[in-house]
This record gives sequence, structure tokens and C-alpha cells, in this order.
Amino acid sequence: MTQQALILYTIEFVYLVASVLFIFSLHWMSSPATARRGVFAGEIGMLLAICGTLLHKDIVEWKYIVAALVLGSIIGVPLGKVQMTAVPQRTALSHAFGALCVTLVGTAEFYLQSPNISPFMMVVLSMEVILGSLTFTGSLMAAGKLQEILPQRPITYKGQNLVNLTFLAISVGIAGYLVANPAATHLFPLMVFIPLIFGVLMIIPIGGADMPTVISLLNSYAGLSAAAMGFVLNNKLLIIAGALDGSSGFILSVIMSKAMNRSFSNVLFGAFGQVQATAAAAGEQKTARSATAEEAAGILSAANKVVIVPGYGMAVAQAQHKVREMYDALTKKGVEVKFAIHPVAGRMPGHMNVLLAEADVPYDRLIEMDEINGDFPQTDVALIIGANDVTNPAARTDASSPIFGMPILDVDKARTVMVIKRGMSPGFAGIDNPLYYDDKTLMLFGDAKAFVNNIVRELSGGGH
Amino acid sequence: MPSNLIDSLYIFMLAGFVGFLVIRRVSPLLHTPLMSLTNALDAIAVVGAIVLAGEHKSTFATVLGTIAVVAATCNIVGGFIITDRMLKMFKTSRPTK
Repeated sequence: MTQQALILYTIEFVYLVASVLFIFSLHWMSSPATARRGVFAGEIGMLLAICGTLLHKDIVEWKYIVAALVLGSIIGVPLGKVQMTAVPQRTALSHAFGALCVTLVGTAEFYLQSPNISPFMMVVLSMEVILGSLTFTGSLMAAGKLQEILPQRPITYKGQNLVNLTFLAISVGIAGYLVANPAATHLFPLMVFIPLIFGVLMIIPIGGADMPTVISLLNSYAGLSAAAMGFVLNNKLLIIAGALDGSSGFILSVIMSKAMNRSFSNVLFGAFGQVQATAAAAGEQKTARSATAEEAAGILSAANKVVIVPGYGMAVAQAQHKVREMYDALTKKGVEVKFAIHPVAGRMPGHMNVLLAEADVPYDRLIEMDEINGDFPQTDVALIIGANDVTNPAARTDASSPIFGMPILDVDKARTVMVIKRGMSPGFAGIDNPLYYDDKTLMLFGDAKAFVNNIVRELSGGGH
Repeated sequence: MPSNLIDSLYIFMLAGFVGFLVIRRVSPLLHTPLMSLTNALDAIAVVGAIVLAGEHKSTFATVLGTIAVVAATCNIVGGFIITDRMLKMFKTSRPTK
């Protein structure tokens, strides 16, 4: 008996140490200089917690645990080695895995403990299972859209929110009934199944540009469901890790929704992607000036200060390595080059930073929106690569624009603006960008990678 | 309401608060690795799944527990690997130390 008590204390102590390491792990993420230490702390904490758990007195059968740990590692390694451009879908997929784990454990616990479940316990168990299953299918849908297996275009229909909320209300209603009658085991599968459908419906109306908000929100849900699982199992470590993950996802979704100029309730109810292409082409034919790679290279090398604005188009064209070559060529010529990073550029928070860091662009050249906006009036050339809505001055000036009020990069204040773009088609939201018809704007038509490559050739070859 | 659930609520509240303070200081540069790291840490749910898979209370629970361990282990292994790979890429142009 005393030995059992000793084991119990050991496990609790190990969990306590792991909790401390997890908090330090996130603390060290505050700066790139200490961030890798943070990963190491997280790994140690995780290893300790797993080893401690294996001492648990209730474990009588080892073969399934070992087989599952081995199989999980075999699948996990390739998931950790995906291309950097595939990171958004990988992240969505891992939210799905996390939610799957939580949902399965919650389901098993229900059938093991029913009907002896206290009302409060049933409340948290329902939260665990509902959040877990809607996050599972929601994240799979998000991953499918990001991998372009599913159409990226938002699919909307009349009364969509009503239908979605009805599904959610039904599952909450079932949860309420189970709280009162935990013996009603036949209703439990419905409480798993209906949120699974809700998760799919929740993501259907969401377009690609809203993905950063959605991924953050799913991250938050995954964390909250894990915390609820901690309540069910009375596991403090799990509550702490879930709360940390939940607040992290929550903060990121607030940052993303602010950067998209969407209200927070809009985010909570998942009603994104509702921006419609309201204003169709306004009749009058406006003209844009275009330029060749040779001209662009000339203007760039004559400049003192250049700010590059990357967007999702750069990621799609896989142009980040060519952009770095251009950065090197210009820096060699004594041009000061910075990168302006909009919070929602790309498909997940921080997406552009990772792609540019992969291409060896030093991170102190990657400047956030609020910091760089003051620099544009002193900037000779703002070069936009595959970004659109985040540079649209209509967000500042045109109250009728669907993106009015969205914080943007003030590229129109630079002396010259150059935009690398495939054609004149409007961006994701179907909004016309008046920047393209500005007198100081030059359109560089073509594939981002090929065009930047031509500029690099002109910069290095044209020594005259 | 049993007292350990009240304790749990306090822990949840405090941990959420710590999370809020710590995450707010994370540089936007690192938001992508932050998300993959929190995802790996969140897979600590594996400890619940391990007990479930090993205690052998019912075949149903063992099967679900085993699948849950597989899913969580994928996240732990994959999440830490990719976070570290990403962070390794962040270099500064200023000479370090």
C-alpha cells in the first residue's frame, strides 16, 4: 500500500514538473533567440509526463500502449517533415488528431462510468465530446481546403447560420438531457455525431483568406476540449496544457479577426467568409500602367529604400527563394530592403515569416504592419508580391467597400508602387483595388517566381 | 459539486491567465511555430489515453484508448519535429554574440 502511495506521489510530482516546463516552453517562445530552448523544455516535459504515466497502477496491459506509441511515432515523423509550404494544412490536420484523441477518450470514459456520473462531471464530459468532435471534422475540412482537395471557394446559402446553430443547439440539448439522465447511453452517440456534422457545416462557408482566423479558432477549441478532458480525468497537467493551448488559440484568433476587421462575435459564431462581391465593376474603364522586368530592375536598383510586401500569391508560386535572391542582389547594391508582414498574409498566423525564414531571409528584416507603416512615406519602392486586399487603400478611404476599416499596409504612400500579379482579376473577396490604377503604380504581370527571377537576372547581369 | 472539480476550475482559471500573459509576449514572427508547439503540448492528452489503453476495463475502451494514443503520439512527435525545424530557420542578419 505504501509503495502504491509512493508511485502516486511520484506521478503527481512528475506532472507538476512537466507543467512548469510547459509554461517555460511557451515563455521562451517570446523571442527567436530563446525559442529552441522552449521546444527542448516542452520535449523534456512531455517525456517525463509519459514515463510517469507508465507507472500508473491501473495499467495491466502493455502491448497496446507500446504498439500505439510506436505506430504514432511512425506516422508522426513524416508529419513533422512536411514542406514549409504545407505547414498550414499540417497544422489543421494536427488539430484534428488532437481533437480525435480527446473525443475518443471522452466517449470511452462515458461508457465506463455511466450511469454513475455527477451532473457537473457530465457537463464537462459533454463539453469535451462536443468541442472535440466539431473540431475533428472542422479541422479535417480546413486541412482539405488548404490542401486544395476541397474547393477553396466559400459555399454559402440562405439561412446557413440558422441551420448551423440548430445543429449546435440540438447537441447542447442532448447534453442537457444526459446531465439529468446519465443512464441514457443510447443518446450519447448522437451527441458525438451531430457536432461532427456541425464541424463540416461550420467550415463550408469559409474561404481561403479567412483560414488564419479559422485555424486559430480551431486551435483554441482543441485546447479547450483537452482542458475539459482534464476535468473529467481529474488530471491537473492536462487542464494546464489545455488552458495554455486554449488561450493561445484565443489570442491568435483575436489578433487575426482584428487584422481582418471582423467583430469577435463574428468569429465566435463562425460566420466568416460572408463578404460578398457587392460592388461589381463600376462601368468606367480605368487604365493601369505596366512595366517589364528590365524596367522594374532599373527602378529597384536606383532606390535607396525598398519594402517588399509578400502575400499568399508568393507562397502559391513558391517564389520565396527567388525573392531572397532579389533581396541579396539589392542589398549588395546598397539598397535597404525590408519586408512588410501583414498579420493575415498567407493561410495561417505567421505563415509569411516561416516561408521567408526558410529562404534564409534574416528575421530582423521582417517587419510587422504597425511598425512598418510609418516607413512607407520615406520608401522609394514598395514591391507587392502576391498580396492584394491587405494593400487596398479602399479599406482606409471608401466607406462603401466591404473591407472598409480593415488595417492595411500603407503601400500607396511610397513613392513608387510595383505589383507583381498574374492579371487584373480582383482578390479573394472580389474587391477592386484602386491602387492598381494609381499614377505611381506599375503592374508587373506574370508568375511571381518567374518575374522575380527575371528581375534578379537583370540586377546581376545588367552591369551597365 | 465535488471539491476536486472546484480545485480544477481554479487551476483552469489560473492556467488560462498565465497562458494569456505568456502568449501575448510571443513575437508575431513566431506565430506559426507557436501554434505547432502548443499543438504538441496539447497532445499531453496522451497520458489519459495511455491509462485507458492499458487498464483493460472493457474491449471498447481499450480500442478507443489505443487509437487515441496513436493520434496523440503523431501530434507529439510531428509537432516537436516541425516546430524545431521552423525555429532553426530563423536567423538574424546581425552577428550573434
